[in-house]
Amino acid sequence: MDITGFISTHRKLLLVGFLILILIFLVSFPLYTRVYHLRLLTVILMYVILSVSWAMFSGPTGYMSLGTAAFVGTGMYTMALLQYKLPFPVVIAVGGLASFALALLVGLVTLRLKGIYFAIFTFGFFMFMSRTIMYVEGQIQGSRGQHIIPLPNETIFYTMLVVTVVTVLAIYFIRRSRLGLALLSIGGNEDAAAHMGINTTQVKVISFAISAFFMGAAGVVMAPNLIYINAGIAYGPSYSFMPILMCIFGGMGQLYGPVIGAVVFGYLDRTLSLQWATYFMLGFGIIMITVILFLPNGLVGLIQKLQQTRLIAKLLNRGKEKQNAIT
Amino acid sequence: MSEIPRLIISGILTGSVYGLLAMGLSLQYGVARVLNIAHGEFVMLGALLVFTLRTILGINPLVAVAIIGPLLFAGGFLLQTTLFRGLKARAPAPAAFEGNALLAAFGLMYVLKYIGLLRWGSWPRTSYYLHYMVQFAGLSIRANQLLAFAIAVAIGIGVYLFLSRSRLGRAIRATAEDPATAGLMGINTNIILAFCFGLGALLACIGGALTSMYSTISSGMGFSSTVIALIVVTLGGLGSVTGSFIAGIIIGIVTTMVTSLWQPVLVIPVYYAILMVLLMVRPAGILGKK
Repeated sequence: MDITGFISTHRKLLLVGFLILILIFLVSFPLYTRVYHLRLLTVILMYVILSVSWAMFSGPTGYMSLGTAAFVGTGMYTMALLQYKLPFPVVIAVGGLASFALALLVGLVTLRLKGIYFAIFTFGFFMFMSRTIMYVEGQIQGSRGQHIIPLPNETIFYTMLVVTVVTVLAIYFIRRSRLGLALLSIGGNEDAAAHMGINTTQVKVISFAISAFFMGAAGVVMAPNLIYINAGIAYGPSYSFMPILMCIFGGMGQLYGPVIGAVVFGYLDRTLSLQWATYFMLGFGIIMITVILFLPNGLVGLIQKLQQTRLIAKLLNRGKEKQNAIT
Repeated sequence: MSEIPRLIISGILTGSVYGLLAMGLSLQYGVARVLNIAHGEFVMLGALLVFTLRTILGINPLVAVAIIGPLLFAGGFLLQTTLFRGLKARAPAPAAFEGNALLAAFGLMYVLKYIGLLRWGSWPRTSYYLHYMVQFAGLSIRANQLLAFAIAVAIGIGVYLFLSRSRLGRAIRATAEDPATAGLMGINTNIILAFCFGLGALLACIGGALTSMYSTISSGMGFSSTVIALIVVTLGGLGSVTGSFIAGIIIGIVTTMVTSLWQPVLVIPVYYAILMVLLMVRPAGILGKK
């Protein structure tokens, strides 16, 4: 029994086994690493949540959301306001719901229009949120910023891991559900989708809000890692930029595309940006343009293309063998 | 209460520059179908390059624009012919092109912003020009703002006449309306698109140079310029050049009113409130079609 045959027949089983191995590795990670790597992995997991949920809405529909930071920041501020009042897991849900409600509002205003209005509106939306919060903070407490009681690194890590797993699983099922198919058909041809009986506005608004729920939850978990936040930190523009770059790089055709992108760029962001912040943001911009231009489907697209060419080569070889056998 | 008319005048003066920025963005979106969110970074580059020429060589900002403007025009022209044309050729559908172009412009925004940051640092610069008051119709107005207004209006009218009267302008309008048919009529649409993109960059550069005459500039100014330009363009109607100019003046008045009567922090929240109401009531903008 040859190995390639085994792989092709038991693909699903192997995949599940592989995922379980990764999960075991992640769960046991705090046992054999230093604090630095634990915090690094926490940030990477946050980017996985952000990019997977960004790709869930913007990938199939083509409605480009430039406003991820608004939802992350809202999650962080929810944590800052409720940290003494509610237990941590409840705050995560509340933060997610706050972002969900905010996204619902944004969606109701913009998503019944063409995609361009959505992009225009979301582009500066995080700035709207941060300025409003600055004003409110100035009026109420007279100073800027909030302190957040730090939690143990392990707690933050495991919470982030749980949120990540929940997010990825939820989005895996959403992609295969009626909602996911409706999103795909909207991206394919919105008018046709509407004629097929899909309430396009409703589908778009709901799924945008669901994606914002996960972003808000990620923000809540991230907040204790930062200890101190203010409107500028919580609503940092790179929370909008990085997930887009990660999704473009990884490719949005498959669920694992954004995950790969998030791991690669999350790692680069944290390890290199401390000394080289300016050059690396410049580099990320250049990478983004290059990938959009030359690899429109990202790494996933590249892998699929390679697989296809290998498949064709295989078929050709088989044909040749047959010919040889006949002659 | 005598402050109100002064604020309105000052708002009209600043707003004319916003109108100029928005006209460029409107031209780029209306013709080339690229929502250029890197537009503000061109404003930043224009302002800082003019500043550099002024401090190093002591050149008058209006002369400096004549040197920098063509450079940025060429930059915009090349961007359209290489990046955005390449994207268009590879895009499976027009809608997919708009999305990809938007993301490419997003990447471009970061590239230009950090080039600016590397070259000029993040601290604010001032290089006021004609910084004194003049009496005009019973009000004292800063001379540089009056000059900026005059130039912005002149260029606005110039662009309007160019688009509506000249042969090239007619070709641009035809391309915006229906690129395929325009191509069949013998218009080289690729050149037209690149020209419009370059013109947008040129208008951004002029806007930046005019801003540098009366306000502080820095490498971080691009983002807020883009936000203002986007809101003005939406308010005026996407693709409507005249609408952009009028909307620019409205937003200018709103800006000065909020800044001096309320709080500067609230300028962007107020923009968003306006945008929200607009999108709910009349998404096509004040002069847009439909």
